Amino acid sequence: MTRTEFWQGNTACAEGALAAGCNFFGGYPITPSTEIAEHMATKLPKKGGVFIQMEDEIASMASIIGASWTGARVMTATSGPGFSLMMENIGFAAMTETPCVVVNVQRGGPSTGQPTMSAQGDMMQARFGSHGDYAIIALCPANVQEMYELTVKAFNLADQYRVPVFLMADETIGHMREKILIPDKVGRVNRKPLVPGTLPFKADADLIPGFPQFGTGQHVHVTGLTHDERGYPCATNPKVHASLVQRLVDKIENARDEMADYDIINQEASQVFIAYGAPVRTVQQVMHDNKDKDIGSLRIRTVWPFPEKALAAFRNARHFFVPEMNLGQIAREIERHVRVPVISIPRLGGELHTPAELIAALEAHP
Amino acid sequence: MSFEDWYRQDRLPHIYCAGCGNGTVINCTLAAIDQMGWKKEETVFVSGIGCSSRAPGYILTDSLHTTHGRALAFATGVKLANPDLNVVVFTGDGDLAAIGGNHFIHACRRNIDLTVVCMNNQIYGMTGGQGSPTTPLGCLSSTTPYGCAEMPFDLCELATAAGANYVSRWTSYHVKELEKAVKVGLETPGFSFIEALVQCPTAFGRRNKFRQVADHVEYLRSHSLMSVKRDRMLEKGEKIPEDMFVVGELTRRNRPALGVKKS
Repeated sequence: MTRTEFWQGNTACAEGALAAGCNFFGGYPITPSTEIAEHMATKLPKKGGVFIQMEDEIASMASIIGASWTGARVMTATSGPGFSLMMENIGFAAMTETPCVVVNVQRGGPSTGQPTMSAQGDMMQARFGSHGDYAIIALCPANVQEMYELTVKAFNLADQYRVPVFLMADETIGHMREKILIPDKVGRVNRKPLVPGTLPFKADADLIPGFPQFGTGQHVHVTGLTHDERGYPCATNPKVHASLVQRLVDKIENARDEMADYDIINQEASQVFIAYGAPVRTVQQVMHDNKDKDIGSLRIRTVWPFPEKALAAFRNARHFFVPEMNLGQIAREIERHVRVPVISIPRLGGELHTPAELIAALEAHP
Repeated sequence: MSFEDWYRQDRLPHIYCAGCGNGTVINCTLAAIDQMGWKKEETVFVSGIGCSSRAPGYILTDSLHTTHGRALAFATGVKLANPDLNVVVFTGDGDLAAIGGNHFIHACRRNIDLTVVCMNNQIYGMTGGQGSPTTPLGCLSSTTPYGCAEMPFDLCELATAAGANYVSRWTSYHVKELEKAVKVGLETPGFSFIEALVQCPTAFGRRNKFRQVADHVEYLRSHSLMSVKRDRMLEKGEKIPEDMFVVGELTRRNRPALGVKKS
C-alpha cells in the first residue's frame, strides 16, 4: 500500500534517503538545502543512524567518506558555496571509489549569489568541479515525487558503481510542496563485497572492484594518491596512473546507456525541447497548451553521464530548444552530439521560464 | 605479538629520509597499541598529507590516507559510524595546524574519541622545507629565507583550550615517555592529542645549523622543560627561558566525549 503525503521537496529528499537506508548524514547548514539536514537530524538518531553537523562543507564531505568505508549508507546536502568547498573531497571519493550521495539544492551563483532563489548553474561543476579526470553520476529531479525517487536511486547507483552520486536539485523543487506517493518499500542495490583473497582495487569485468569494508579484517589501505591494485601508492608509474584513471571514467561512461533515465514525447516532432529539473515544468505546460503543434520533448533525469542515445530518437528534429536556469551549460553538451541547431534558452535571476518565453523561442526558429 | 607484526613488510622500503624522526614516533605508537592488545581488524589509521601522513600506508590495518588537513574530519566519520573501531590519526604540524586548523579545534571541542599523534618537525618536509605554523621565530626555511617573522602555534595549548581530554608533548628523544603517553591517550575516552617534536635533517636541520642528526636530537633533549619543573619555576617566580618548550602530560580530564565505544 502506498500512502499519500503533501511534502516539500527537501522533506521528500530526506525521506527518500531514510527509505533507502541512509544511516549517516554529515552536513553544514546552507540555504536552500537546510531542511534536509534538519529532517535528518530529527529522524536519523531515532533509527539508530548518525547525524553530525560538521564545521564546514569540506569536513562534511570528509565525514561521509570516512563513514562510507565502515559500510554506512551516507549522504550530505548543500548548495553552491558548500558544493564548491566539497570539490576537494569529491575528487578523493572518485579516486578512492567511495560510495556517497551529495545533494545540491542549487541557488544563484557565482559566490554567495542568490541564497533563496533557484538556479541550475552548478551542472558543469558537478561534472568537472574537482581537479583531474574522473566521472560521476548526476540526477535531476523535476518534482517532489522525483526528489524522493531519485534520492533512492542515487544511493543504489552510488553503491553499485562505487562513485559519488549527485542529486542536482534546485531551489524551486527543494522548496515547493506537492502531493507525493510513498511506496511501502524501495528497491535496494548493495555494494559488491570484496571476495577474500582478491586485491582490494582489482576490478572485475564491470570495471568495479569489490568493497573491502573497514573492520572486516581485510587490512585495506585507501589513498587519494594514484594506487595499484593492492591500494598502495604508485604515483610515478605512468601506466598505473593511466589505467586507474581510465577505469574510473570508463566504469561510469560505459554504463551510460544502462543508467540513462529520460522520457520522450512526440519523437517524430521537428521542434524539440530538452529539459531537466525545474524547467521541465514549463516545457510540460507548453506541451499541454500546444497539443496540435509539431513539438516534442526530452526530459532528462540522468544528466551525467549524459544520455546521448536519447537524442538520436528525434530523427526529424530541425531544432533542439534547451531552457536552462544557467547560460546554456547542458545546451553546449547537447551540441556535441547533434547536427541540427541547438537553441539555448538561458534564464538567470532565479525565476522559472514562462511558457510565453518558450513559445517565443519556437516562433523565432520556425 | 611484537609491534613489528603491525608493519606491512611488502611496502618497504619506506619514503622517509635517513635520520628522520618519524619512524621513532611510529614505533612508539605501535608499541603502545601492541600493549593495549588491540586487534588489527578493529583498528583504523587515518592521516592527511605530508611526511607524517604516509605512516598509515606502512601499517597492516585498514587505513585512510586522505586529503591535506582533513584527516580529523574523515576520522570523525569513521569513528561515529562505527564506534567499535579504534581510530588513530597520524598528522604533522602543517597538516594539523595550518590547512587543518579548523578541523583540529572542532575535533577537540567535540572531544571525539580519537588518538591523534602529531609529528611536529616544524617545517613542510614533503614539499622541500617551507615554513609551517610551528616554525620557531627566526628559523630558516625556503619560504622564510630571512628568518621566520611569525610566532609559532603552541599545539598543546591549542588542544587544551579547544577541549581535548588528554594532551601531552614529548620528542623523538623521549621514546619511553612518548610510548607511555600514547598508551594513556589510547586508554583515555575522548580526544587525545600527543605532540612529538621530531628532527627533520633534510628540510629543517641543514638550514638551521644542525649539521648532524644527533645535534638536532640533542637540541630537542636539552631544550625540553618538564612540565613539573616548569610549574616549580613558575611557583618560585623564575623566568622560563624563551627557547625552551614544555614536555610531559599537560592536560588530563574527563569531559563528556563523543563516539566512545560502548563496553
